[in-house]
Amino acid sequence: MDNIILEMRGITKTFPGVKALDNVSFKVREGEIHALVGENGAGKSTLMKVLSGVYPAGTYEGEIHYGGEARRFSTISDSEDLGIIIIHQELALVPLLSIAENIFLGNEIASNGVIHWPQTFARTQELLKKVGLSESPATLITDIGVGKQQLVEIAKALSKKVRLLILDEPTASLNETDSDALLKLLMEFRTQGMTSIIISHKLNEIRKVADQITILRDGGTVETLDCHSEDIGEDRIIKGMVGRAMEDRYPPREPKIGETLLEVKNWNVFHQQHRDRQFLHDVNFTVRAGEVVGIAGLMGAGRTETAMSLFGKSWGHKITGEVKMRGKPVDVSTIPRAIDAGLAYVTEDRKQLGLVLINNIKENTTLSNLKAVASSGVIDDRKEAKVASDYRSKLRIRSHSIYQETVNLSGGNQQKVVLSKWLFTNPEVLILDEPTRGIDIGAKYEIYTIINQLAAEGKGILMISSEMPELLGTCDRIYVMNEGRIVAELSKAEASQESIMRAIMRSGEKH
Amino acid sequence: MVADTSTQNNKPSIGDYLKNNIREYGLLVALVVIMLFFQFVTNGVLFKPVNITNLVLQNSFIVIMALGMLLIIVAGHIDLSVGSIVAFIGAISAIMLVKWGLPAFVVIPACLVVGGIMGAAQGYWVAYQKIPSFIVTLAGMLVFRGLTYVVLGGRPIGPFPKEFQLLSTGFVPDFLYFLNPAPELIQNMVALLAVVALVGYAIYAGIRDRRINEQHGTENEPFIFFAIQMAVIAVVALFIGFQLATYRGLPNVLIAMAVLIALYTFITTRSTIGRRIYAMGGNVKATKLSGINTERLTFYTFVNMGVLAALAGMIITARLNSATPKAGVGFELDVIAACFIGGASASGGVGKIIGAVIGAFIMGVMNNGMSIMGIGIDYQQLIKGLVLLAAVFFDVYNKNKG
Repeated sequence: MDNIILEMRGITKTFPGVKALDNVSFKVREGEIHALVGENGAGKSTLMKVLSGVYPAGTYEGEIHYGGEARRFSTISDSEDLGIIIIHQELALVPLLSIAENIFLGNEIASNGVIHWPQTFARTQELLKKVGLSESPATLITDIGVGKQQLVEIAKALSKKVRLLILDEPTASLNETDSDALLKLLMEFRTQGMTSIIISHKLNEIRKVADQITILRDGGTVETLDCHSEDIGEDRIIKGMVGRAMEDRYPPREPKIGETLLEVKNWNVFHQQHRDRQFLHDVNFTVRAGEVVGIAGLMGAGRTETAMSLFGKSWGHKITGEVKMRGKPVDVSTIPRAIDAGLAYVTEDRKQLGLVLINNIKENTTLSNLKAVASSGVIDDRKEAKVASDYRSKLRIRSHSIYQETVNLSGGNQQKVVLSKWLFTNPEVLILDEPTRGIDIGAKYEIYTIINQLAAEGKGILMISSEMPELLGTCDRIYVMNEGRIVAELSKAEASQESIMRAIMRSGEKH
Repeated sequence: MVADTSTQNNKPSIGDYLKNNIREYGLLVALVVIMLFFQFVTNGVLFKPVNITNLVLQNSFIVIMALGMLLIIVAGHIDLSVGSIVAFIGAISAIMLVKWGLPAFVVIPACLVVGGIMGAAQGYWVAYQKIPSFIVTLAGMLVFRGLTYVVLGGRPIGPFPKEFQLLSTGFVPDFLYFLNPAPELIQNMVALLAVVALVGYAIYAGIRDRRINEQHGTENEPFIFFAIQMAVIAVVALFIGFQLATYRGLPNVLIAMAVLIALYTFITTRSTIGRRIYAMGGNVKATKLSGINTERLTFYTFVNMGVLAALAGMIITARLNSATPKAGVGFELDVIAACFIGGASASGGVGKIIGAVIGAFIMGVMNNGMSIMGIGIDYQQLIKGLVLLAAVFFDVYNKNKG
């Protein structure tokens, strides 16, 4: 019926001991946006690496037909020559080079090795216009936000005469406005006849843009859904991904809310780099025992900065304000003091800030509270192993043993190790910053269950998340932040995606 | 992933075990092979009692500094200044002992304190001002070398009083002479018995640990490896002990070195400080956010390095019996090379004390063996450079393959 631009047939890719792809078939029509979904480890990225030649022909079984011909790509440039461009999740831009230099890196407009700058700049300007950016081509990458960087990546792809654009989780680190802009751009490209494949965990976005959805599970193709012949709901997609209907994505909970644990008053913080700019203004909030409190807001609203400045002044300077724990003022001026005061902070970026990846589960678990498994500076191996084993089974960390390096764990299990570490410090209030980012749906459910258990044990939870459904599904109360201020406090009954967005928009008008 | 279901404790096969630990065994095998090679090509001179004593004396200061350097490298830093610290400590010890006539028991601790201060002076800039250690210690290397010239006025000072020289030339006295069954062969009974006791304890401790591990369900290395390793270590140690016993016994330096190796092995494997240094080298931001004062920790690793460099400086000055402005030139490179040959990672977080010690001895045996063979300093450097590259390549190759 339609013009098939890409067909992958019977793709099987084996790594030592693991069959990452097992007889996968994948068909993309020309000019459509095709979403590829599946839990982490389902094989999405592997499939795209097979397609783009990262894994050269011969290292996998199966056939690739592209543009009507069978193809065997042995390097990435083979596939790029035919217009297959992949944009990876981790952006491949050089921060200290300009936009123009990045776009033409390795592909410079030059004669005899001498770069033709006027032409480079003119071409860049053209490309930037296509992706809706008005930045100067000479702007350094480090000076623009992640959202714009993503657009620069797309401009770079356009410079290579792209026919099939592959985006691996393009919106994972973008806020909603930037995500929307990016998705709109993709839809615009579609009207111009370009084909895209988008890998994403954000099902609402997929519903918005995709023409077809292919679901992978455990290295195999589950099904391909056509979004135009039927209305595909999120639950339908999830069912395909996890292999079972997930009636409720959030485990039920009976909140038993007690006394006020953490109280923060008039919290003012100046920007870490731009030292004369006040970043947080009179932030006030409370967290009670047994309560899960959310902080909603767009990227850059100051949520992570609030948490980090509170946690031992890890961010910002000229920090003023009052912090009380159970009604008594506490000192949180250094991280050890904040921990002693009963705070724990599970960072947004677990690989860079949460874990020592080359260390094993046991060593990461006890890192924040080594004293508890040591006497006069000497670690008691058995005690330490016992602590780590207990948390491993309590939080159901899937690993060979507590001696497995954390770098080899999946995202969900890594997050559980970070949680173990902080639970072992026995905090009263846990601040969770994007606790489920980049982990698959099954593991998310487990994390929510852990959060519920902790609340039931009487701990206070402060949860920062960019996914509004997650906040709505787990929190008893939600604060909304915008531009460094708390602009609304919503009870569970009042909170909805609309009321949160309304609070953000209304506060934006005031300034 | 699909195959992630095998969470059961299936016993690793011997081949797997060897593959996963090839680095550690490889290092030991390399040392033994290099020793046997030079023993052969030097017609047995390498293992002569006099030469073994020399080997220990010549390498003790490299080993001692490698202990501190390993911590620095594991913490994610580097220290280029140790050679200059050695020279400066030599110079001020000479001033205090020879010019001022202070007694050794005052000068030795004073020099250790000065070394600590020199380490602190650099650690401050690295830890609290966040200046890269390469730059700070490069500056330190020049500054301390310059200071050495200033203090000595460009001329060597010596000779040193006897009691100071004992630091490097002294031997443990033979207070067990009455147990000696063969006085015409064995000159020093303490050496022999000490080595026998040590080997006995090592085997006892190894077996005990294995048993405790078994009780707690922790993985043990396959028994065959344990046995071979113990056998090799025992044979080498007993042979060296016997050779030393037929000469003048155990050098004081050897005792100091052994105690320090044991101490630093303990610190790196069992203490909270050691654990935190490894964590910091692996990911400094995550470690800091875990409530660890990473600045203070970095600072103290440099102080520690300064103290060890001071000790090494005194040992070498005592050995040469003269403080010269050119002492210790290039030592930092030998020390750093020892750590990298021993498997430390340049990006931090990885490395073992025993690896650095074996690395130092590999370098030492090569130096010594090539000198006996009469190979010039030119080719010696060339060969050492290639060995360093080969050792690190071996690491990288294994990592990529794994």
